[in-house]
Amino acid sequence: MSALTFTLKHRSDQRVDMSPLVCHHLKELALADIAALTLQSGNLKLRVDELFTIDGSDTQNIIIKNSVDKLDFIGKELDGGCISVTGDAGAYLGFGMKSGEIKVSGNAGLYAACEMKKGYLEVSGNAGDFLGAALPGNKMGMKGGTILVKGNVGERAGDHMRRGNILIEGNAGDYCGSRMTAGTIAVMGQTGRYLGYAMRRGTLLLWNQPQLSASFNDCGAHTLAFLPILFASFKSLNSKFAEASIAFNRVQRYAGDMSEMGRGEVLAKL
Amino acid sequence: MIINGVTIDATFAEAFPMKATRAIITAQNEKWAMISAQAMTGFATSVIACGCESGIERVLDPSETPDGRPGVSIMIFAMGGKGLAKQVETRAGQCVLTSPTSALFAGIDGGIRVPLGKNLRYFGDGFQVSKQIGGKRYWRIPVMDGEFLAEATTGQVDAIGGGNFLVLAESQPQALAACEAAIEEMRKIPNVIMPFPGGIVRSGSKVGSKYKALNASTNDAFCPTLKGMTKTDLSPEIESVMEIVIDGLTKEDIAKAMWMGIQAVCDLGADNGIKRISAGNYGGKLGPFHFHLQEIMA
Repeated sequence: MSALTFTLKHRSDQRVDMSPLVCHHLKELALADIAALTLQSGNLKLRVDELFTIDGSDTQNIIIKNSVDKLDFIGKELDGGCISVTGDAGAYLGFGMKSGEIKVSGNAGLYAACEMKKGYLEVSGNAGDFLGAALPGNKMGMKGGTILVKGNVGERAGDHMRRGNILIEGNAGDYCGSRMTAGTIAVMGQTGRYLGYAMRRGTLLLWNQPQLSASFNDCGAHTLAFLPILFASFKSLNSKFAEASIAFNRVQRYAGDMSEMGRGEVLAKL
Repeated sequence: MIINGVTIDATFAEAFPMKATRAIITAQNEKWAMISAQAMTGFATSVIACGCESGIERVLDPSETPDGRPGVSIMIFAMGGKGLAKQVETRAGQCVLTSPTSALFAGIDGGIRVPLGKNLRYFGDGFQVSKQIGGKRYWRIPVMDGEFLAEATTGQVDAIGGGNFLVLAESQPQALAACEAAIEEMRKIPNVIMPFPGGIVRSGSKVGSKYKALNASTNDAFCPTLKGMTKTDLSPEIESVMEIVIDGLTKEDIAKAMWMGIQAVCDLGADNGIKRISAGNYGGKLGPFHFHLQEIMA
């Protein structure tokens, strides 16, 4: 059975809500039924086959080809199965996903993995602001699973994050890990200003020395036993994070944000 | 049955159901992992008075441990799940948490979960940090030498305790040498522990006592100094008897360990003063698992 493939015919003028095209929604549907589904695009409702040519039949393995940054809500609340996106993804990629796997070959827009609960999301390019964050007004961002971004991420990555891992091979923008409640964000590149702003608990694991706010206190240099276990858990990833050469267990530990609960930590490689 | 001049009695060892768990202790080097493991498995020879039976299963190579440091695998056996949980927690708290550079991990993934670091975390007084890695929860507890890392829980499984055999020899040194040889071989088997000091017990017990307060007392039928005073099970030339007790996860594990041990004793043979192999058989009062010596050695 070949993967169910949606190939975008042309770039839409308006943004498209892709949330109906997830594995668990399509499970029982015939190809004709899938083609007849409607997608909200601006104030229009478009049939799927107006926007995409459809091939294949495996609804648990979806490929979206020629994808552009106007396709929002790809993999919304995904509950099992696999979605591969060739090209860019719009905003709210993997919004509230419960399980399964999403891979994007290009870039992802704002709020990727917003309020994600479980599963695995991989972006080969860059991700926009509020990666793994909570919706505005909500108190809980990402609650589990793993996000891997091979490029850079925007501002507020992991805002209100509650659990899980965000792995960033590139740089992170300002306010990375802001208002974090728990979880781990690892950044191999540079981090911006206001790192861990108002974080309560959680770990920011850095390969480069950050520019920290005055509300983070130096706890000294340490060898931490949990780091080898954390790095070992990345071994199956298709990423630099899986390489043994990048692992370390000797860090400078900074505690913060002292203007909040102060139980969070920034661990910078030594 | 006679093997190398050693008579294998037509009897059986009686064993009973227990609950068991395994934990992995790691440290900066093998020396400190072993010190910690020895502390955690100390005073745990018999459930009669220790609350549990515990022992070191084997030394682990750094490549076998979760944190890549030298480690030791230990097992704890108790009569029930509650008792086991209490023993694991108190021993982990007093013996591993306190031991320099140590870390503590689950040795059994499935089964009913028994707290390991789950409650020890409160020692961190609010500074403890939880990390969920690969579906497992770990607690990082700040201590004076750095951080004590403990997996939240380990697994409890059904197990068997009290597998045993007796080595009957012409002298005490010969009995001890034979048992030492047996223990050396039996320690190569996974999933079993020999909980007594050095794996060997010289004070085998029978069920009951003339004193009402005691539920176990000396196995007078196998005490060589009582040969003329009690209904003895010893022939005149036997001067010393020692026992090896085995707790294991399955019947097969215990049977294999018994075979290895008895074979090692028989390899020394009658020329080295070993006359008989017998077993603790209490007429079915003790447990439902029967390990027939001659079947095991067949």
